[in-house]
Amino acid sequence: MSQATMTRREWLLTDRPQSRLQARLGRAYVTWRRFTANWLAVVGMLIIMGLILIALFAPLLAPYSPYIGDLAGKRLLPPGAGHWLGTDDQGRDILSRLIYGSRLTLQVVVLVAVIAAPIGLLVGTVAGYAGGWLDAVLMRITDIFLAFPKLVLALAFVAALGPGIGNAIIAIAITSWPPYARIARAETLTVRNSDYISAVRLMGASPWRIVLRHIMPLCISSLIVRVTLDMAGIILTAAGLGFLGLGAQPPLPEWGAMIASGRRFILDQWWVAAMPGFAILIVSLGFNLLGDGLRDALDPRGSSQ
Amino acid sequence: MNPLLTVEDLHVRFPTRTGVVEAVRGVSFTLGRERLGIVGESGSGKSQTGRAIMGLTPTHAEISAKRMEFDGIDLLRAPPAQRRALRGNRIAMILQDPKYSLNPVMTIGRQIVETLRTHEKVSQAEARKRALAMLEAVQIRDAARVYDLYPHEVSGGMGQRAMIAMMLVAGPELLIADEPTSALDVTVQLEVLGILDRLVRERGMGLIFISHDLRLVSSFCDRVIVMYAGKIVEELAASELSRAEHPYTQGLLDCMPRIGADRHPLPVLERKPEWAL
Amino acid sequence: MTTALAIDRLRVTFDDFTALKDVSLAVESGESYGLVGESGSGKSTLLRAVAGLAPVSGGTINVNGKRLGRHRDKAFYREVQMVFQDPYGSLHPRQTVDRLLLEPLAIHGFDNSERRIMRALDEVGLGSGFRFRYSHQLSGGQRQRVAIARALILEPSILLLDEPTSALDASVQAEVLNLLEQVRADRKLTFVMVSHDLAVIAHMCDRLMVMQNGEEVEQLTAAELTARRVERDYTRNLLVASEGFRSGA
Ligand SMILES: Nc1ncnc2c1ncn2[C@@H]1O[C@H](COP(=O)(O)OP(=O)(O)OP(=O)(O)O)[C@@H](O)[C@H]1O
Ligand SMILES: Nc1ncnc2c1ncn2[C@@H]1O[C@H](COP(=O)(O)OP(=O)(O)OP(=O)(O)O)[C@@H](O)[C@H]1O
Ligand SMILES: [Mg+2]
Ligand SMILES: [Mg+2]
Repeated sequence: MSQATMTRREWLLTDRPQSRLQARLGRAYVTWRRFTANWLAVVGMLIIMGLILIALFAPLLAPYSPYIGDLAGKRLLPPGAGHWLGTDDQGRDILSRLIYGSRLTLQVVVLVAVIAAPIGLLVGTVAGYAGGWLDAVLMRITDIFLAFPKLVLALAFVAALGPGIGNAIIAIAITSWPPYARIARAETLTVRNSDYISAVRLMGASPWRIVLRHIMPLCISSLIVRVTLDMAGIILTAAGLGFLGLGAQPPLPEWGAMIASGRRFILDQWWVAAMPGFAILIVSLGFNLLGDGLRDALDPRGSSQ
Repeated sequence: MNPLLTVEDLHVRFPTRTGVVEAVRGVSFTLGRERLGIVGESGSGKSQTGRAIMGLTPTHAEISAKRMEFDGIDLLRAPPAQRRALRGNRIAMILQDPKYSLNPVMTIGRQIVETLRTHEKVSQAEARKRALAMLEAVQIRDAARVYDLYPHEVSGGMGQRAMIAMMLVAGPELLIADEPTSALDVTVQLEVLGILDRLVRERGMGLIFISHDLRLVSSFCDRVIVMYAGKIVEELAASELSRAEHPYTQGLLDCMPRIGADRHPLPVLERKPEWAL
Repeated sequence: MTTALAIDRLRVTFDDFTALKDVSLAVESGESYGLVGESGSGKSTLLRAVAGLAPVSGGTINVNGKRLGRHRDKAFYREVQMVFQDPYGSLHPRQTVDRLLLEPLAIHGFDNSERRIMRALDEVGLGSGFRFRYSHQLSGGQRQRVAIARALILEPSILLLDEPTSALDASVQAEVLNLLEQVRADRKLTFVMVSHDLAVIAHMCDRLMVMQNGEEVEQLTAAELTARRVERDYTRNLLVASEGFRSGA
């Protein structure tokens, strides 16, 4: 190892950082090392990075068009040399459709996470910290959302907003925050009476400041794990909506919709439904591994390691 | 008579980024049905010794010992299921930070009842009665009220006594009490010690009493082990503590404030590197 | 001398349980006042009521001549700060020492935060090496020092100390007590200190109140305590008990 890298490493790992920046970088480095020490987490991260790269470079990677197939000669071909994953009932190359579909999947997953998780976090922490009538009101609303099956509720929203992948995303996001609110509230309840929160109140901090800066960071790691575990369900809900004609519209290569349309051939041409199923499985697994790894790496209580 | 617990050359090591931390370095002692005190400053390895016996050492730590036997059971080689069965049933530990060890979203009473019911088949009503009796035994005023309180609603000392009650309902044969009375006022402290004392004398329980309060240990225990930097530096009969020879033990005794002694500032301990050898 | 903290017939009620029953006391500015008594007798509750963390249902609290209302304003927290009983629970588990100390400065808009943090750490005898550590990387004594630094960083005139050393071992207790005496002398602070250890109170305080069951038992000077000139049996019991355990007693 060269002199330069040794000193940079030492600079990062020092017990006495000279500045906030150095401390932050050092901590990031330690977190990163802890994350990468867990090889399953690294596998998860590679899967998700792969997904992102595939989505970015879909036009370059896909061997065929995802929309136009050869209806005459290439319907329902099994996996083979020309079409690695076979073709579907319209003669379209499944691999190309999966590659383009990764864009939709990523879009759904990211948007839902970006919309639903913060809503759930905010509702849960505010309810848990405020207590009293505000807690009662917020939690009853949450209960109402929870009482309906997610798909039915999403259906109702899409019916009101109009079909399409964008509205489907909004509908899924609106219906998936309640469990996050529950988790955040439970977590908030365990910390809100602790001395360290009292200490912040004694500094003169406003309730908003306490919730946003002191309570939310404590809830985030369990939320990250829950969101990543939910990803598979979110992809499937999107698929369900697509299947009912309310989500992604037919020619779009959405993975769930592809499974739905492959269902008819499941016995004779298994690959039509199985390939997108595999894709969903792998991506969900990737998210789960990543989530577990993140939870372990983000918790500074393990960082005496 | 066979000793209840034998520990020989116990080591607990924590591998960390900056090297291995040796929390416990070759601790040996035996315990009969008596009161053994472990004293020493913060970080000297008292809790880790107790946790190793209990099987509560963090998973990434390494434990080794020539011998660690409880009533003929080899604790190092016992299968996890057997250790779990021992834990709480025959060996119990009162953990150091009561507020941390109690579940913040479950009432005190329910936590005691749950502990009791995992060890014994008793009806809900019976369990409640026993839990209340136990709370009263540890001198909690108004036990019925405290039964329904959440941990943040009780005072520091009440939380500590609730923890003690929880450990005692199962009637263990060996109790490891890690600073069980640090948050109690002196009168209640004596009552709680009285309970522990009775358990030792009448039921033949073995007690390891971890504390940094030398005055208390010297008046309560039969024998005292003084630990420093993971090692035993001195072992003596409790009544002999004031005649301790090791400068560390003397220093610890000397830095306590005393009623009537007007010493400002208090003498502090000057640590010598050779003590850790 | 002026009165820093005056409490008159303070009553605190949780649901239907009265934890403090008409307790009155007055602490002169610059004085160190001790509270001892039975566990659960309302010592912490008294401090928390002053700090605005417990529901006051009767009586008045005056701080530096100003009567406190139901809500404490920001200015109040620059006058009064508190150190909690349990050093393991009073520091946020996800924040570094630096963050912990920066927070009060940010809330009150202090300038020069860099220098103030360094000075606060120096004052409690922790070097810059501890600045970017998390609380779980500190020992109990170090945590309590951080808690004291946090309380002092807003430059309050009154410090409420809830058993600041009960979770610390004898050698660290001596260090923390010395530190507290030092800062009190340097900054002319007023202390209200809770402890269950009579020796600690006798060492640190000028006057004290003995409490039991939410009520005052008696008020004494430290000299009276040392000379054992006490009126009430309960106080006498405390004095006897603090000498240690007697088997079969
Ligand atoms: N998870 C861990 N990783 C690394 N080191 C640890 C860990 N847990 C404990 N230690 C170290 O082990 C040593 C002994 O700790 P232990 O908790 O036994 O001290 P103690 O004597 O009980 O002190 P106290 O009186 O403060 O409770 C300490 O130096 C501590 O830093
Ligand atoms: N939030 C709360 N809800 C209900 N009761 C409470 C609450 N906080 C405190 N109490 C009760 O008030 C009483 C006094 O508690 P406090 O914490 O003031 O005792 P303390 O004198 O500090 O005791 P210790 O020495 O054990 O810390 C106790 O009986 C406790 O159960
Ligand atoms: Mg310990
Ligand atoms: Mg208290």
